[in-house]
Amino acid sequence: MSIPNNLKYTKSHEWVRLEDDGIVTVGITPHAQELLGDMVFVETPDIGRKLDQGEECAVVESVKAAADVYAPISGEVTAANPDLETAPEKINQDAYAAWLFKLRPVNVADLNNLLDAAGYQKLLESEED
Amino acid sequence: MDVTSPFLFLGRSPVKTTSLNQTHRDMNAKMVDFGGWDMPLHYGSQLDEHHQVRSDAGMFDVSHMLAVDIKGEVARAFFRRLIANNVDKLTQPGKALYTCMLNPRGGVIDDLIIYFLTESHFRMVVNAGTADKDMAWMLAQRDQLAPGLEIVPRRDLAMIAVQGPNGRAKVWQVIAGAQAATENLKLFQAVTYDKYFIARTGYTGEDGFEIMLPANDAAGFWHALHAAGVAPAGLGARDTLRLEAGMNLYGQDMDETTSPLESGLTWTVDLKSDRDFIGKQALLEMPVKQQLIGLILLERGVLRSHQKVATRYDGDEGTGEITSGGFSPTLNQSIALARLPLSVSPGDEVQVSVRDKMLRAKAVKYPFVRNGKSLV
Repeated sequence: MSIPNNLKYTKSHEWVRLEDDGIVTVGITPHAQELLGDMVFVETPDIGRKLDQGEECAVVESVKAAADVYAPISGEVTAANPDLETAPEKINQDAYAAWLFKLRPVNVADLNNLLDAAGYQKLLESEED
Repeated sequence: MDVTSPFLFLGRSPVKTTSLNQTHRDMNAKMVDFGGWDMPLHYGSQLDEHHQVRSDAGMFDVSHMLAVDIKGEVARAFFRRLIANNVDKLTQPGKALYTCMLNPRGGVIDDLIIYFLTESHFRMVVNAGTADKDMAWMLAQRDQLAPGLEIVPRRDLAMIAVQGPNGRAKVWQVIAGAQAATENLKLFQAVTYDKYFIARTGYTGEDGFEIMLPANDAAGFWHALHAAGVAPAGLGARDTLRLEAGMNLYGQDMDETTSPLESGLTWTVDLKSDRDFIGKQALLEMPVKQQLIGLILLERGVLRSHQKVATRYDGDEGTGEITSGGFSPTLNQSIALARLPLSVSPGDEVQVSVRDKMLRAKAVKYPFVRNGKSLV
């Protein structure tokens, strides 16, 4: 499974991408979607909602399992992916393309506390045991 | 992301495997620990497997369930006492009966199928997770009621369910001569043909067979079915199919603390004949206050077991709980079975507590889907 170097990752299997305009985009990783299986429902946070790092802010549900998604860093929600309401399976098809929501970070340096690609790779290997 | 699922038992190492375990792995199955058994959850997409069964044919390894042979002249008399349904409905060899086995309090020890083969040979199929306690219970009853009776677990047999509108035809392609032997089987009938025990039963709401055969021959049979176009399907699809079909799952929809009369199983309990089965007295003395009823979610979201349900009726008398819930791939919306007060009728609107929200749902009669078609 590919783990792009330009993204940051959380221990709870979200991916995070810093965009050119300083906004961060958040999704769940291919590993997370594989664990969950076929997606059937996604609930994204309201635009304008202020999130603290680690706060529950979205829900992804597959045929068999429900999972909470956490804010990777503190910030204000600026967008939610409208496609996922009618086509949650897009997460299964391409987990990096099917972003969940975008945040304006309170402090962009908070990204440094997240895992880089190598760190996330290590996490996946340790979870395999 | 934090996952809650009945299929994820992380940190407990699976111990038991069926004879098809390596075959599942070779077919890229995602394996899960299911009640101590290492079983396939899906082979890529649970949704695809579900649709395959509704539209064509799919196969399930159900060898984790246990076949038990009951042998002896007193077999029928033993069942008259042991089970809640009336074994005397079984008059034709090969006929099957679905029933509960109750404890003296009227709770459900297990739900199971009994096949009548001859007056001195019946075959039961019990659930995997309850097999050990079922055996212990039956042996204890045997010692009291019918000391000469043989009760023989058949772990030497594999069980494969081939389900779907084309399921029977695919089996006929694979087993030479089976068509003539089985095409006149009615629902809930079985026949022994060569090394196969073939029953027209299932857990999906589709036509098909459940087939027992020597465990050593299971992999070859599985591959032959696959070559004939039968898609392997895992426990995930099995669960969504049975929920759409409105079939109970032991441990979720009923258990040792619930009455079959409050679990949608009244049709399986024989309170008419004067036969005295274990649990009958308790059932007669217990008031029936609840029912199992279907729910269809009217908003976006997914119903799950243990979610609380509020009705327009007041207080504790007006509340209930979802026993099985999930996403219906055929209806493309969420459905559930819920244990609710008797006052709730099909058509009533109820409220289900889903995380921090109350979502609207409609009570309906189930099954939701039969033979590929929506009934709601």
